[in-house]
Amino acid sequence: MAQLTHRASALHKSIPAVLFAARGLATASTSPITVETSLPFTGHKIDPPSRSVETSSQELLTFFRDMALMRRMEIAADSLYKAKLIRGFCHLYDGQEAVCVGMEAAINKKDCIITAYRDHCIFLGRGGTLLEAFAELMGRKSGCSKGKGGSMHFYKKEGGFYGGHGIVGAQVPLGCGLAFAQKYSKDESVTFAMYGDGAANQGQLFEALNMAALWDLPAILVCENNHYGMGTAEWRAAKSPAYYKRGDYVPGLKVDGMDVLAVKQACKFAKEHALKNGPIILEMDTYRYHGHSMSDPGSTYRTRDEISGVRQERDPIERVRKLILTHDIATEKELKDTEKEVRKEVDEAIAQAKESPMPDPSELFTNVYVKGLGTEVKLFHYIHLFLSRLLTTIVLEFLL
Amino acid sequence: MAATILHGVGATTALSSINYNNSRRSLPERKRTSLVIQCDGSLSSGLNISNNRGAKLSTNAVATKQENVTASTTSKPGHELLLFEALREGLEEEMERDPHVCVMGEDVGHYGGSYKVTKGLADKYGDLRVLDTPIAENSFTGMGIGAAMTGLRPIVEGMNMGFLLLAFNQISNNCGMLHYTSGGQFKIPIVIRGPGGVGRQLGAEHSQRLESYFQSIPGIQMVACSTPYNAKGLMKAAIRSDNPVILFEHVLLYNLKERIPDEEYVLSLEEAEMVRPGKHVTVLTYSRMRYHVMQAAKTLVNKGYDPEVIDIRSLKPFDLHTIGNSVKKTHHVLIVEECMRTGGIGASLTASINEHFHDYLDAPIVCLSSQDVPTPYAGALEEWTVVQPAQIVAAVEQLCQ
Repeated sequence: MAQLTHRASALHKSIPAVLFAARGLATASTSPITVETSLPFTGHKIDPPSRSVETSSQELLTFFRDMALMRRMEIAADSLYKAKLIRGFCHLYDGQEAVCVGMEAAINKKDCIITAYRDHCIFLGRGGTLLEAFAELMGRKSGCSKGKGGSMHFYKKEGGFYGGHGIVGAQVPLGCGLAFAQKYSKDESVTFAMYGDGAANQGQLFEALNMAALWDLPAILVCENNHYGMGTAEWRAAKSPAYYKRGDYVPGLKVDGMDVLAVKQACKFAKEHALKNGPIILEMDTYRYHGHSMSDPGSTYRTRDEISGVRQERDPIERVRKLILTHDIATEKELKDTEKEVRKEVDEAIAQAKESPMPDPSELFTNVYVKGLGTEVKLFHYIHLFLSRLLTTIVLEFLL
Repeated sequence: MAATILHGVGATTALSSINYNNSRRSLPERKRTSLVIQCDGSLSSGLNISNNRGAKLSTNAVATKQENVTASTTSKPGHELLLFEALREGLEEEMERDPHVCVMGEDVGHYGGSYKVTKGLADKYGDLRVLDTPIAENSFTGMGIGAAMTGLRPIVEGMNMGFLLLAFNQISNNCGMLHYTSGGQFKIPIVIRGPGGVGRQLGAEHSQRLESYFQSIPGIQMVACSTPYNAKGLMKAAIRSDNPVILFEHVLLYNLKERIPDEEYVLSLEEAEMVRPGKHVTVLTYSRMRYHVMQAAKTLVNKGYDPEVIDIRSLKPFDLHTIGNSVKKTHHVLIVEECMRTGGIGASLTASINEHFHDYLDAPIVCLSSQDVPTPYAGALEEWTVVQPAQIVAAVEQLCQ
């Protein structure tokens, strides 16, 4: 998040200071503002935290900017996919931005986050840059995974972001492992293992919950419930769609996932709980505007009215916009300017990513094993064979 | 090929029979053969197996290895131990050396391990470092991989290799591929180990050979140990490796005894072991089949053949350097493995040798594998599923004609 705000302040410098002097945007204060979450929290085997969340004008502006950036990135990815610059699978997060932004506000980079394939925005939240994201989506060398991972495999080791996983549910035991390592090294940090309502029915989730509870691992399981597991509504896939209760002996909290302040409060609460008492489940009630992925129109299993209804009533960015305007933190125009800046930033990153080169053919064989352990030496033999065969094929094609 | 072998076996009626301590079996229609491997790994000979009195050859089943000068014959006297103890010694030394090394698996802690490989370690290092997991292979393997991503070096024990099939997704997608899909950001220094192979009438589900399923997973290394010496060396090497390593042990080899050096040693994960140099034929094998090959070698030597026996040890990647040099010398290759005929290690090795050393072969490669059947419970049937020394002798004779 530090990266995003740094960029924000860098851009702000180019806009005349006089515009902000009256409002104090550049000097947006950190003095606390208390806001009530739109809905109360519901607890399972635990007393829920208070509905009053402390924030500041600076934080609200940061929330707005970060979520607007993420929204813009996802919409741009949609266009890039339709232009066939992004191929394969592309799962977009627009609508769910409040979950990752609220989470980041409550934690630090020593805490770990691991999620499934809807990972672009979470990557950004953990300190990933727009260039790394777009370059990876377009399969370029400067992508965060050198172009070898793709949309479902974004990682940022320095930011504590462990991916980026394509197989539904498999990231939760990995998250348990991250929490285990945190307990092992006693470093007072926690792991947020995120999954969806579809993954909530995976057996390995319950296995992981059992182990986390058995050994008091500092694991927070976050169910991003957007109510549809691809094309199947939650009530058609789960006997009990109260995912926050599914932990049975593990306490749970149901959170309005479209309210960034509620998410922040819940994650703060969960972190304190996990460090003392072991695992807790957070169910984020959220919504995705796009279909499951770019190949899913998203309208065959839900009505357009439903989608536009949520957009009108619960959109996370609009909610923060209203808060900012009500508290007189910024004007309508300033917020629109922010959105324009963000759009420009995204466009620039895309332009830069488009210029970025494709990976070298030799990259096919790098990072299969960790270097210097004998096997990569042998791989060169296969590279030689592969390339010489390729050359032979090309020559033959040319001759015949 | 299978039919020829069986026919050949029928003709010579030289099937080894399993030696039962309570000697209740009798196979009147077959001649008993000379050599068998007993439950404790010792060899016994003699025609009347059911009386359990044949002259014991040697409790050290690698007796013929002493022809080679290996590191085990060093200046210090060394110490004798069983294979499972060697594994434990290697594990303990590494745990002592590096606090990041930890163990997890079913019954590894308080129980001491179902094959005693982790006995005493929980008392010494605590319950977190030697972790008793619930019966949840998929998730505790995933947990080990997640821990490895942060820099811990877990050793995940599958009580039986076959149970790790439940963790196949974790092993394939996360363990093998995360280093690549993260563009090199994360390494997975995990060791996954456990006993596999055909045991003593353990039934189909507990007699599996998973090396054939795992071999295609990119990013992992696979090794198979066969003696206390290489078990300890490979265990240490696997733990020190920054790559994910699957260490295949064998249920029937845990009680093999050998004298190993007192001083510390680590073996190379990618090297094969020259068990017996020779010049007529290259016999490639690994794990338990090494002992069947060495038994067959005795018979072959008596018949005037000079087989070169190589324990390939490294199942992924193959040590094509050692293997290649051998092929260039003998020009004949026989592969003896416990994997199934279809898609096993032998199948891959055959393809690999054909690809690289085709010009040096005077005859097609012969591969003896287990039959493509679930391992039956009945003793005689189980015997028939794996390769027996007599079949190896017949194959070499045919190959060298």
